[in-house]
Amino acid sequence: MAGGRPGRRFWGASVVIAASWGTLGLQSAVAAPASITLYSAQHEQVVDMLTAQFTKETGIAVRVHKGEGPELASQLLAEGTHSPADLFFTENSPELVLLDEHGLLAPVDPATLARVPAADSAPDGHWIGLLARENVLAYNTRLISPDALPASLMDLADPSWKGKIAIAPADADFLPLLSVVIKLKGPAAALAWLQGLKANAAIYDDDEAIVVAVNRGSVPVGVINSYYWQRLATELGPDGMHSAVYHFGDHDVGALVNVSGAAVLTSAKNPSGAQKFLAFLATGQAQRMLAQSDVDYEYPLVPGVAANPALKPLDQLSPPSVGPAALGDDHEAAALLRESGLI
Amino acid sequence: MPEAAAPHEALRPSRGGLVARGRLVQGLQVAAACVAPLLVLLPIGATLGQAMAGGIGPLLHELARPLVGALLANTAGLIESTMACCAILGVGVAWLIERTDLPGRRVFAALAACPLAVPPFVTSYAWLSMSPSFEGFGGALLVVATAYYPLVYLPVAASLRGMDPALEESARTLGLSPFTCFRRVVLPQLRPALMGGMLLVALNTLTEFGAFALLRFRTFTTEIYAAYRTGFSGPETAALGLVLLVLCLGCLGADFILRGRRHYARIGRGAKRAALRYELGLSKPVWVVLLVGLNAVTLGVPLAMIVFWLTQRGAAAITPAEVAPARVIGATLNSIGLGIAGTALTMLLALPLATLATRHRGWLTAGLERTGFLAQGMPGIVLALALVSVVIGTVPVLYQSDALLLVAYAILFVPLALVGIRSALVQAESRLEEAGRSLGLTWFAALRRITWPLAAPGLGAAAALVFIAIATELTSTLLLAPIGTETLATELWANGSTLAFAAAAPYAAIMTAISIVASWVLVQRYGAAPLLARQEG
Repeated sequence: MAGGRPGRRFWGASVVIAASWGTLGLQSAVAAPASITLYSAQHEQVVDMLTAQFTKETGIAVRVHKGEGPELASQLLAEGTHSPADLFFTENSPELVLLDEHGLLAPVDPATLARVPAADSAPDGHWIGLLARENVLAYNTRLISPDALPASLMDLADPSWKGKIAIAPADADFLPLLSVVIKLKGPAAALAWLQGLKANAAIYDDDEAIVVAVNRGSVPVGVINSYYWQRLATELGPDGMHSAVYHFGDHDVGALVNVSGAAVLTSAKNPSGAQKFLAFLATGQAQRMLAQSDVDYEYPLVPGVAANPALKPLDQLSPPSVGPAALGDDHEAAALLRESGLI
Repeated sequence: MPEAAAPHEALRPSRGGLVARGRLVQGLQVAAACVAPLLVLLPIGATLGQAMAGGIGPLLHELARPLVGALLANTAGLIESTMACCAILGVGVAWLIERTDLPGRRVFAALAACPLAVPPFVTSYAWLSMSPSFEGFGGALLVVATAYYPLVYLPVAASLRGMDPALEESARTLGLSPFTCFRRVVLPQLRPALMGGMLLVALNTLTEFGAFALLRFRTFTTEIYAAYRTGFSGPETAALGLVLLVLCLGCLGADFILRGRRHYARIGRGAKRAALRYELGLSKPVWVVLLVGLNAVTLGVPLAMIVFWLTQRGAAAITPAEVAPARVIGATLNSIGLGIAGTALTMLLALPLATLATRHRGWLTAGLERTGFLAQGMPGIVLALALVSVVIGTVPVLYQSDALLLVAYAILFVPLALVGIRSALVQAESRLEEAGRSLGLTWFAALRRITWPLAAPGLGAAAALVFIAIATELTSTLLLAPIGTETLATELWANGSTLAFAAAAPYAAIMTAISIVASWVLVQRYGAAPLLARQEG
């Protein structure tokens, strides 16, 4: 509906004049009726694969706005009811919890919710958990032997690890990890842990960079989600890998399993289309597509869908007993991260 | 012949009407000239306002955070090293080309300006894709020093060309060794050009985002982006932006003060001789090899790496997006489309301001023009975040629109347009237009037949510069582009930052090609001077 965005049309016509074919072409594409707008913090390739299949099946086009999870969450908060978004798909649950606390999330279709274990979704049914990802250590097999690796993530703050570890505090995966440390060890211990990390660690932008650095031997150990190690292994092949994944055991904080989930916004312009997309994400077909691809290394949460065989089976992991509901939003973690000076 | 004049008089509006119309036109002109400066002040004010939102106490608390100190140290270290490298490279190359009998001087002179046409963000992608060991300080220094040394080379070379050889000859006759002569006679004369160039290097290093983000070197721009990604878009991030803004405006201010003083005029009458050229003698091949080596590093390696990755299969696993031809074409069209539209808007905003400033000198016009130039010290990331915060609160319909992105481009590159338009208007003096009017041309005919033909080439150069800058712009495009709008820069960013080098290659190649071809055409038609103006403003 072209009339839906008068301001934009007006500006487009008056400012752009006839010159910008590319931009104008895009605007008319954007105005197609049966479309939904997705704010996505999931990997672009994964989302591309899913949206292409969804559009093929339903005819509903998906416009995707990408960003880091916390960035998009804070953007959605700022936009409020003006948000162009219909739904939000992110890698970590705390961002969804945050939006739900602000009343921005609409109830998910009960039939969709029923397809995944209740413990992995919001207790109030306002967002659905779809995939899970495991926090691990990546270590360079030439630089460190497996038995020298720490029993707990907390040990990395010890001075003996100085110069040996890499972290990415600005990556969306770091905040939930810190949240669980706060939850289980208390804020004071968490801050001390961060200060230890700050003294010990090399700072990277994101998990992708850490895994590459560890693999080539710039740093012996890095804190990442296992996902990124698998992607690098697929990319480089066995000959290119000089690193391995270490799983924390014994319900250690470092063994956190994050839930990647999605939700429909209360301000959605096309709520039915958005609900359809959520339902599609929770189908065995979509989950199998992800599990069998070489771009996504997350555990499907729909029962009966086998995870990618490259991953250690979900039931053999030993995560801390903090579910997404108990993990809460990242509010406290972000404040503590700033207090430590890591960001 | 009074009877013949009468009907004409009748057709004209009364004298009072003319004056009123003149005032109206003038008023409109001033109003139009105010738009660009106001737009430039908007994000500065918004950043300041946002940073101070919680009062001065919280702001000071923010500024006292250890991160700010660490970033200052990081940034200062890099800027000092970059300035030193650029000074040595710039002066050295300029000396070899302008003052020695080096073979192939013309080719080397052309090559020395070329790095300005390759965005550092592309160069950093090329180096990083060769080896991850370019991450960090070393790689960052390599990329910015090779990208920005022309900013020193161009003004220093011009200064060397313009120097009167008589001074050096006197010094030598009075017994100074060649080196002492260089240090005591040549270098002081070069100082204004050298200092100006080095300040530009500092300014560009401060505002660079893409290259440092790819190379994992932490500076203010990258940490502002990190804070934004972690969900902090309020006063905390604005405080960091404020520090960066102050540093940039400081550089700009220093440059401005320096400009007032940078004159070593030759007072004597008569034509001076061409500058001295020293014979390199036996060391000639060594210098040629060194210069070839330098160009291999500044241009050869980055371009070769792009070509190499073009020939590799798109690596699936860490490629965020499929490299479909449609995607590449779409991004190219978007970059070109936004480039054209953004250039049109930028020129439209800069024209009235530049016209007013060249034709009506005065404190008001000078102030307006200088305010426009402040945008040079505006880092893209600070601008984008400020615009988002302003727009979401006031005109949400503009949020995530092409219009807002174009406005951001116009603010960023208005100084570029101002320089170009000014030099164009100097070619078309208002006296010529007035002469035409007094000879009976209408206002429009005078514009079409006198001013336009004189000013058009310069305006074309200005527009071309703005176009290149917009078509390769990353930071504000990344933050402000409407949903679904990907440009060459954002695609290169998406792939490059996740180390999907093969997938990034087509975008890097097209971006570089657009920039080099446009710069080449520009230099062919107008010489290298506008290229410098691109950075200098």
